[in-house]
Amino acid sequence: MTTNYHISSYCKIENNTLQLNGATVLEMNDVLFPEFIKNASKTIGLEYPKFFKMDNLSKLAFLGAEAILKDNIDLENENDIALVFANKSSSLDTDVKYQDSISDSENYFPSPAVFVYTLPNICVGEISIKHQLKTENAFFVFDDFKPDFMSNYASYLLESGKTQKVLCGWVEYYKNEYKAFVYLVEKSGTIAHDKQNIQTLYNQ
Amino acid sequence: MKVAITGMGIISSIGNTVEENFHSLVSLKTGLSTISNIETIHKDIIKVGEIKLTNEQLAKQLNLPSDNNYSRTALLGAIAAKQAVENAKISDMNAYKSGLISATSVGGMDMTEKYYYEYFENEACQKYITSHDIGDNSQKIANCIGLKGMVTTISTACSSAANAIMLGARLIQSGELDRVVVGGTDALAKFTINGFKTLMILSDDYNAPFDNNRKGLNLGEAAAFLVLESETIVKKENREVLAYVTGFGNANDAFHQTASSENGDGAFLAMNKAFKMAKIQPGEIDYINAHGTATPNNDLSEGRAIIRIFGENVPDFSSTKPFTGHTLAAAAGIEAVYSILAIQNNIIFPNLNFKTNMEEFNLTPQLTLKEKEIHHVLSNSFGFGGNCSTLIFSKN
Amino acid sequence: MEALKQELKSKIIEVLNLEDIAIEDINDNDPLFGDGLGLDSIDALELIVLLDKEYGIRLADPKQGKAIFESIETMAAYIAENRTK
Repeated sequence: MTTNYHISSYCKIENNTLQLNGATVLEMNDVLFPEFIKNASKTIGLEYPKFFKMDNLSKLAFLGAEAILKDNIDLENENDIALVFANKSSSLDTDVKYQDSISDSENYFPSPAVFVYTLPNICVGEISIKHQLKTENAFFVFDDFKPDFMSNYASYLLESGKTQKVLCGWVEYYKNEYKAFVYLVEKSGTIAHDKQNIQTLYNQ
Repeated sequence: MKVAITGMGIISSIGNTVEENFHSLVSLKTGLSTISNIETIHKDIIKVGEIKLTNEQLAKQLNLPSDNNYSRTALLGAIAAKQAVENAKISDMNAYKSGLISATSVGGMDMTEKYYYEYFENEACQKYITSHDIGDNSQKIANCIGLKGMVTTISTACSSAANAIMLGARLIQSGELDRVVVGGTDALAKFTINGFKTLMILSDDYNAPFDNNRKGLNLGEAAAFLVLESETIVKKENREVLAYVTGFGNANDAFHQTASSENGDGAFLAMNKAFKMAKIQPGEIDYINAHGTATPNNDLSEGRAIIRIFGENVPDFSSTKPFTGHTLAAAAGIEAVYSILAIQNNIIFPNLNFKTNMEEFNLTPQLTLKEKEIHHVLSNSFGFGGNCSTLIFSKN
Repeated sequence: MEALKQELKSKIIEVLNLEDIAIEDINDNDPLFGDGLGLDSIDALELIVLLDKEYGIRLADPKQGKAIFESIETMAAYIAENRTK
């Protein structure tokens, strides 16, 4: 059922390393996530001031998507790319930050800019805004990465004609522990879109 | 391919059952009140759609042991899901390939914010640590209805339950599942009250959707679930079908993290997709249950999108949020139940609190209870992150 | 007044995460929204929190912000007149 489609491009961000299609694009030592992701954004030539206003989960998902989409998007035309993202900790990292801002009644200044990121699907919205993708998008919360679910869901969207391409992503961020695995599924490409390949690329 | 709805359940601030909700809707009784279950400094300024039952009372309804670790979100969800399963007259939950898709935005946040600083010292409250995450809430709901199959959670802000219904319908259409319980649950929490307060979109009055002087939304808590079943089960078990899911669509507004675009691009696309799937024309819609949160931004954007779709012939429409408040991730579940009630009873529930038309366009929602033959209802739900969803429910 | 304006610029850069923008880049009369610094509605809400937190000024209606947050100039004038701390 999944043999007609391919993974045309994939990106991984973890352990201060950014990889695109298996090749290391940036590797840093002994830096925390904010410093690393800032450098990564420069490395792939991102010029987007709003990037620095995002929470960590959005930065992670956005950059993973950016690395792939910057070469796959034609802003002149409509891009029919659906977004299917998932993770384990939802927006918990930002939830905790927000909770801290409302827990002390003496110093009580909840931040609207933090609150807007206490939803996991905001990162998908950020990607949509940047690339003007007015397509179907979903955000799932699972105990762990589920290659079978991801491949079934993407295949359904493609085979039912709802979309031309699907950008899939596992984007997990909690307390400086992070991993992003983002990949684009479409007709063309060399890696067959199946459960096994998705699992292998995720593990690599 | 249409998908049969064979059961529904709901608990909201206007009633603890489907019948009670219907009764409040037709007697125009709002559930908005001063908050009593949560201690908050905003107590005197905000009105909320609060369910006036304590967690202990809810747990008792579910026959849970006193040392349970259910969050309020899970308690409400379990009650609504159980009602839906009973309503569908399901005797053996696992006789067919069954699943649960539950939507929530706060999950176990109500307990986390209550006990956060006690966790290190107070062993008694540590049981709530594992009930924080939203997946745990869904799993508990699944346990309460005795479901052993697929369980997943959708969190796409205020469109979550619509997306849960969509995913459920797809799983039936593709044959992955024969039966799926879908819907959403969200309890009130300080976390959300303060969050919406900082966005300055909470009204200090009763919310007035599509009114020129609308001041924002009232938050609410609720849970609602539907049972979707395949044609095979419907035939084999001789089910009474309440209504059908005939169309759905989801699109991203691609405009802003929280605000809707000026002309409602996402909403327009979502409605269009739903029509395409249902294979009906906009003119065939008898009633729109609008998202209508009563924020200045939503109602303008949604109103414009509705005009883009329906032109001069906008069907009867109303927002039922003046009854329940905005119940966030559960909202589309609540409004699905209300859409089905509209179809079953051939009745349109009014848009309370409306006085003045908006200056931007000439749209007047339905202001009184109206009886008419209803075949198709369109229900909109839009979430932060630009996530826009439309569902179409039909009698046949 | 000059010190207040400088202070405001540095606080705005900090709370709004304006990466790669320095105090010298913001002119007193530059529009803060729209074409100027490109701030949006969430930034406006964050500025309302800033008024409350740093200067003890509470705005009840976000619409009031529009005139106050036109530029550093208008913001500083409003703060100087209304601050309670």
